Amino acid sequence: MPFIPHTEADVAEMLAAIGASSIDALFDEIPAALRIQSLAGIPDALTEMQVGRLMQSRAQRDGRPLNFIGAGAYEHHIPAAVWAIVSRGEFYSAYTPYQAEASQGTLQLLYEYQTMMASLTGMQVSNASLYDGASALAEACLMAVRAHRKSKSARILVPAAVNPIYLEVARAIAEGQNLKFDIVPFAMGEGEPGKGTTQPSSLEQYRGQDITAVVVQQPNFFGLLEDVDAITDWAHANNALAIAVVNPLSLAILKPPGEWGAKGVDIAVGDGQPLGVPMSSGGPYFGFMTTRMEHVRQMPGRIIGRTLDLDGKPGFTLTLQAREQHIRRSKATSNICTNQGLLVTAATIHMSLLGSTGLENVAAASQQQTRKLVEALTRIKGVKLAFSGPRFHEAVLQLDRNVAGVIEALAKRNVIGGFDLTPRYPELGNALLVCATEMRTDEDIATYAAALTQVMAEAMS
Amino acid sequence: MSEPLIFTHSRPGRSAPGQYPEAVAADVPDNLRRRKRAALPEVSELQAVRHFTRLSQLNFSIDTHFYPLGSCTMKYNPRACNAFAMLPEFLGRHPYGPASAGQGFLECMYELQEMLKEVTGMKGVSLTPMAGAQGEFAGVAMMRAYHKARNDLARTEIIVPDAAHGTNPATATMCGCTVVEIPSLANGDIDVDALKQAVGPKTAGIMLTNPSTLGVFERRIKEVAQIVHEAGGLLYYDGANLNAILGKVRPGDMGFDVIHMNLHKTFSTPHGGGGPGSGAVGVGQRLLPFMPIPLVGKDNEKFRWLDERDLPQSIGRLSAFMGNAGVLLRAYVYMRMLGRHGMHRVAEFAALNANYMLAKLKKAGFDAAYPERRASHEFIITLKRQARDLGVNAMDFAKRLLDYGFHAPTTYFPLLVPECLLIEPTETETKQDLDAFIDALVAIQAEAEQDAAKVKGAPYTLPVRRLDDVRAAKQLDLTYQP
Repeated sequence: MPFIPHTEADVAEMLAAIGASSIDALFDEIPAALRIQSLAGIPDALTEMQVGRLMQSRAQRDGRPLNFIGAGAYEHHIPAAVWAIVSRGEFYSAYTPYQAEASQGTLQLLYEYQTMMASLTGMQVSNASLYDGASALAEACLMAVRAHRKSKSARILVPAAVNPIYLEVARAIAEGQNLKFDIVPFAMGEGEPGKGTTQPSSLEQYRGQDITAVVVQQPNFFGLLEDVDAITDWAHANNALAIAVVNPLSLAILKPPGEWGAKGVDIAVGDGQPLGVPMSSGGPYFGFMTTRMEHVRQMPGRIIGRTLDLDGKPGFTLTLQAREQHIRRSKATSNICTNQGLLVTAATIHMSLLGSTGLENVAAASQQQTRKLVEALTRIKGVKLAFSGPRFHEAVLQLDRNVAGVIEALAKRNVIGGFDLTPRYPELGNALLVCATEMRTDEDIATYAAALTQVMAEAMS
Repeated sequence: MSEPLIFTHSRPGRSAPGQYPEAVAADVPDNLRRRKRAALPEVSELQAVRHFTRLSQLNFSIDTHFYPLGSCTMKYNPRACNAFAMLPEFLGRHPYGPASAGQGFLECMYELQEMLKEVTGMKGVSLTPMAGAQGEFAGVAMMRAYHKARNDLARTEIIVPDAAHGTNPATATMCGCTVVEIPSLANGDIDVDALKQAVGPKTAGIMLTNPSTLGVFERRIKEVAQIVHEAGGLLYYDGANLNAILGKVRPGDMGFDVIHMNLHKTFSTPHGGGGPGSGAVGVGQRLLPFMPIPLVGKDNEKFRWLDERDLPQSIGRLSAFMGNAGVLLRAYVYMRMLGRHGMHRVAEFAALNANYMLAKLKKAGFDAAYPERRASHEFIITLKRQARDLGVNAMDFAKRLLDYGFHAPTTYFPLLVPECLLIEPTETETKQDLDAFIDALVAIQAEAEQDAAKVKGAPYTLPVRRLDDVRAAKQLDLTYQP
């Protein structure tokens, strides 16, 4: 019996202690009519060796194609030490540190994480994680409504250049509480400065209205750098809070949200995946959230504090729990309970191993490889660059044909060619979002260019 | 035993240069460039490895200690599940890679959906919610979407028993509903008369855990289902305690319309020091159109994502991709290793362990909260008498247990049982370990009778003694300031 240690003698002794005739008798309070006799749809058990063979064959079927997608999940080098430590049973198989004295390892690590994340984003306080970047944006919008005591509208301005899937998630999570999202377009005119980014002038139609918060993503979904100072200042001048969505790796080289505009943003969120978390088909990742001290009691999620024990020795504990569902129930800041502790463990080790120097080098190398990728691909007939402004490590290409067909044809050549923007941005035509991190060598880029050259040379399907 | 903060190991100019590429100039406009470096540590690879290894050693965990944390199902997390979920092809797969290049992964997800349907008796399963609370959110959002689609707009009340997890009422609020709480009877069952009074034209539904958080099976469940359905409401099953009934009775057969499962409990994916979890949801016929996307579908032996084009009435997306995929792979491996006959053994041996501990503790003089009832996979001891007579409360017993080398049970939950310990041994523990835990509780009882102060001062052998939570909340120290 897999994972069940009982011998026949154990069972007999235990039933005798209970005074039950059989294990089945332990279920005698369940109405007999409801009891099931078998689960015909479940296959027979496999041994570890058999399930290993099955999983190997499934994995090999998917192979390891060359990846050029970003769009919120990025392929970076992860030091071997990171997951060797994360996989230690003391981290892997512990739970939420409810018993602080028996969880000082997890608690101290989370305190170190909060310190690193607050510093990286230039904010004062951090929580101990949310589920992912998308749900973190939803929580930030809900938090803004609680924190902004004067605004009654629960209206949030969201640029169209913010990750559109994040917006879909924010709608699904927050619209039940009557939040309203207004979409702000990005500059599209030929020759217009800042093409592909959000112009402060496009916010002007909202001047004087009751707006709770303005969201800005840096870099935006197209990889372009937004004029974050102007947008943050516009928000504050119009009595709105400013919410930043950021890639934490980019903050090694880009101005942190705490320094945007004259006052800095009020809440910064994002997905922590670029910090030591593998892509693994989309999860588990972790969402991060940092804010100003004045808003800490409106922040959702676990928060760790340093305090003293009975002997006056420093130690760490869950704090500000009066915000949380297990205390406040229907009046809690969020329903979140379990978050993404193990991924935060990975990120904390990753940030410690790379330090600021390492993160700067990875960020700059990713930016450089993307520049080379764009140069190589835009030399191909039928491929042009959509937006030429300053960018981090992603770019939008426009093709002379259907993007989905090109992606499929590239996949047959073992190249994952990019994210198809056409369903969500039809105004961009046949648009493809591409990314090269430090993991893509010059040879990888040449391989992609050769494959795309072949595909584009073929007759249109 | 303690370990300094990583920042105190740091020295300017030290680093682990084997872990990152050589520097190239970043191309950033002057006004968008970072000026002051973040305060990240500057340490060698060995320093980092030693620091975090030492931190890990300050934790209790399933791999090192018996961890009978009630309502959390801290069972053994098989290493095979981790190893096979972390095959390089799975780790390296981009979530937006085309389905044609991810058939192996998608096949696992499709089969996981099918297996979860079978064990719960539901008609559809979506794997996207990233934790139990997000599964709850999805469930209540689907109930609301169902009523809305029928233009039944007044249904905004969610009924919740007083024994419910805090996430239940918090979720109802997040979905824009109001909460109506109903009491439990002295025998642990729901007060059905109170339920009859509570239902009406405003009832969106009820959220129930069965077996309940009181550690007993809700015997009148069919009657409860009938009352709620006749009033026009739906039934939500909180899967926190699914481990107790796996392969024995199915939520779908009890009359539930929607459920969430905590894969990190019942299906043994790791708790990770507080996540990642996974809160897959299952639905009956009526809620199929509203499931969160994406799902995995199968056409002509090929697997593909189902999205808003397939489910135009979906409540939408709850994560940027498809939830905690790596956790789902672990649950898949676990279910394949258990197989058809392993499922019901989970519930059987979880119930055997819980009922055995309950019987032995009763015999040793402890007070069960529901002495006439069978335990489910967990049970409650109340230390009200010890608190009154000896001045030693549930928290004191919990802290002293740490000194004896056991993680404490859940304390002070459910809220309606005073001075309670909610004890869940799980099926993966041996009789020897259960006996050792019982012996420890008996020994602590003797200590409490002879020297209450000793128990009240515990723990003594952990990295820290009892921490000042009031100071933590009043003098906020949330980040290190050098």
